[in-house]
Amino acid sequence: MPASSIDTYQFDNGLTLLVEQMPWLESAAVTFLVPAGCQRDPATQPGLAKLTAEMLQRGCGDLQSRELEQAMDQLGLARSTAVTNYHIRLSAAMPATRLPAALTIYANLLQRPLLPATQIDDGRMVCIQELLAMQDDLSQKLMEELRIRQYPDPYSRSAHGTLETLQEISIDDVQQFYTQNFTPHETIISIAGNVDSKQISQTVNELFGNWTGHETTPINTTPPPGGHHHMEQESSQTQIGIVFPSVPYSHPDYFQSRGAIGVLSDGMSSRLFSEVREKRGLCYTVFAMCHTLREQGCVLTYAGTTTDRAQETLDVLLSELIRLGDGILPAELDRLKAKIKSGLIMQQESSNSRASSIAADWHLLGKVRTTDELSRILDGLSCDSINHYLANNRPTNFRVVTLGQNSLDTSGAITTGNTSANSGVL
Amino acid sequence: MNNQSAVQSNIEFKHHTLSNGLEFVAECNPDAVSTGLAFFVRTGARDESAELSGVSHFLEHMCFKGTPTRSAEDVNRELDEMGSQSNAFTSQEQTVYFCSVLPEHQLAALNLLSDIMRPTLRQSDFDTEKQVILEEIAKYDDQPPYGGHDAALLKHFNSHPLGNSVLGTTESVSALTQPQMLEYFHRQYSANNLILAMAGNIDFDRIIEQLEAECSDWINHDVRRDTNRYSTTPNTADITNIQKDSAHQQYIIQIADGPSATDMDRSAGQLMSTIFGDDNNSRLFWDLIDTGKAEYAVLESQEYQGSGIFMGYLCCPPENQQSLLQRYCQLTADLHENGVTQQELDTAQAKVCSHIVLRGERPANRMFNIGSNWIQRGIYETTRAATDRIEAVTRHDIQKVLDKYPLSPATTVATGPKTAQH
Repeated sequence: MPASSIDTYQFDNGLTLLVEQMPWLESAAVTFLVPAGCQRDPATQPGLAKLTAEMLQRGCGDLQSRELEQAMDQLGLARSTAVTNYHIRLSAAMPATRLPAALTIYANLLQRPLLPATQIDDGRMVCIQELLAMQDDLSQKLMEELRIRQYPDPYSRSAHGTLETLQEISIDDVQQFYTQNFTPHETIISIAGNVDSKQISQTVNELFGNWTGHETTPINTTPPPGGHHHMEQESSQTQIGIVFPSVPYSHPDYFQSRGAIGVLSDGMSSRLFSEVREKRGLCYTVFAMCHTLREQGCVLTYAGTTTDRAQETLDVLLSELIRLGDGILPAELDRLKAKIKSGLIMQQESSNSRASSIAADWHLLGKVRTTDELSRILDGLSCDSINHYLANNRPTNFRVVTLGQNSLDTSGAITTGNTSANSGVL
Repeated sequence: MNNQSAVQSNIEFKHHTLSNGLEFVAECNPDAVSTGLAFFVRTGARDESAELSGVSHFLEHMCFKGTPTRSAEDVNRELDEMGSQSNAFTSQEQTVYFCSVLPEHQLAALNLLSDIMRPTLRQSDFDTEKQVILEEIAKYDDQPPYGGHDAALLKHFNSHPLGNSVLGTTESVSALTQPQMLEYFHRQYSANNLILAMAGNIDFDRIIEQLEAECSDWINHDVRRDTNRYSTTPNTADITNIQKDSAHQQYIIQIADGPSATDMDRSAGQLMSTIFGDDNNSRLFWDLIDTGKAEYAVLESQEYQGSGIFMGYLCCPPENQQSLLQRYCQLTADLHENGVTQQELDTAQAKVCSHIVLRGERPANRMFNIGSNWIQRGIYETTRAATDRIEAVTRHDIQKVLDKYPLSPATTVATGPKTAQH
């Protein structure tokens, strides 16, 4: 399998196209990142981006709602739509020969959606259903609250909206949101798979080159509430979340932090899996992960455990986070490197993961890292470099969020320099 | 556009059986960048008696806890050292241990996986891991449909072992002892009750050499499973309600009989459920999801050895439950009366075939497909043969499935704050 290359095309209207040729595959995949995520929801209308994304799929060009889905199925598109904080994200994988036809459909969907007024109530109900179902997803509820504690608004928002606001949003609001935010400026189209880069860039130019729209406007932020938080819930398990600040993906030290968190959580020999699950049997699920925005990052830690063992689990989690500041061992890093490297190579088997990765890179960095570059960065990581980073950036300023029957004692979350978090019993 | 390079011409199926009955099946693709390998054990919840409920799944966890030559730490460390993506799962009929590695690690990966197929099952590990299993049960207790899935299978299969719970209950797992597990292990992990399935870049001859060296002393006994079709007559009017006041939504599961894993009708059954209940562009989608009446409404076919079911999942606001159940029944009645249209069938075939091709690109997916086909049906099927099988289905075949396996009468279990009535 030859090394892949990534071509970048910048169009006059501000659109960016990224193409990674993977001629050994039968498939191709495309991802569209449109800067119309829920951070663009007006303060009084949370849920507007979500409802707009829902209405977007209800017909475009000369295709009504059903005809659109029918056309996509006939092309065999394995597709998804999601609303993230930054973007409305559409993606599809398919047999590679069908990519031009699929792009034609998506060109209509993004530039000429019908947004039918007659279906706004149906679309609204779909969003309300998702909001209600989310209330039953306890770990997701916890993770959303963790983000709220860490990031400034609107970067901490989730897309669901509220029952009250969803009920008030009109088709005119959706139309207006679409007009303001569906723009080629800052929109990213990424394509990976068995494609000819030049040829497909011409197709994209024909289909999206004449798209016009506003430039994106800057976002105003307000600081997070901070502090620990408990959400009372009748449940068998207590959900425990800990968040602390870290560097974003665009920071030169990102991979030092990623390496440290990898030692903590990647794989079955990682510290959290060994200490919390294997040795003590405290939980089934436990992990920590780097989370990144463009200019800020954090580490999110999670464990779910039965109520009477929740305090011990929180204490062990905190002690492992604090111990990480003392540094990692060479063998731990070697294992992590092996794992990430084989993951990078196996990404070459999936057009979908590559399309998604390169789009995320462009969004966060304004450039794309090839798998070779990532491999070189990984080779450059050493125990010394990570330990040096950890010595200067010990995990601290923890915010603890719990969801379950009882609140927990969070005094273990106090570390040197931890001045902003509240402490004591929740 | 160049699609000619992605060909399957180098792909070759190979098969080998050890003298003790352990089978090895492989789809070798010298161009692949990874190797997937998995031990499929023909054991699961259906092979458990009531007092052993949950033992197959608990044993799956215990296999990672060490062998005569490796501690639990060694197992976990080595899996990570070779950069593997590995895990295991247990179902009604199978326990599967799998890992994906770069080709240069395939012999080390086999050495480790075959070793953990002969675990020590130490008492102290048993006691610690039992806590993890109890946490896993508690985790699912808090998740929709809050035990509804197990309750629906139990009710539908009546006293047939396919109604057994994979996780077991807090009570059954708490009561399990190490000697019980050891006895179950010796009985079920007989050499002829396992297969090794591999896909991707495979050094076939060296794998055989190593298998012979490392697994030929595995003992072989007579392991049996009763695969007779269960007999039960679901009663649509008899709805089981599981009260869950803290839930925000209502969750409904409906089960009807369906084709088995070896039934010729299974492809038609799969397409029927795609047309009727796929999560996108299906009849349930347009009627219940697109209109916002339900959060989800899907129908899936589930095939077992000798038996099969169609399982419908519905989630809606509690106050919509009655009207939704009623509408679901109307939709199934209409399906039986009028069948499916040619356009619906064409679309479903295009959709299913495309997904088969997309999934087939990854050796890890092929490994599951090859192992599962071999253990359930004793066949090897190429990606092309799978799409041919789907494309050969006609409207008449779908009508036959509907006549043979009507979606009503069905077993119904509802979980949430409301009580459902027929």
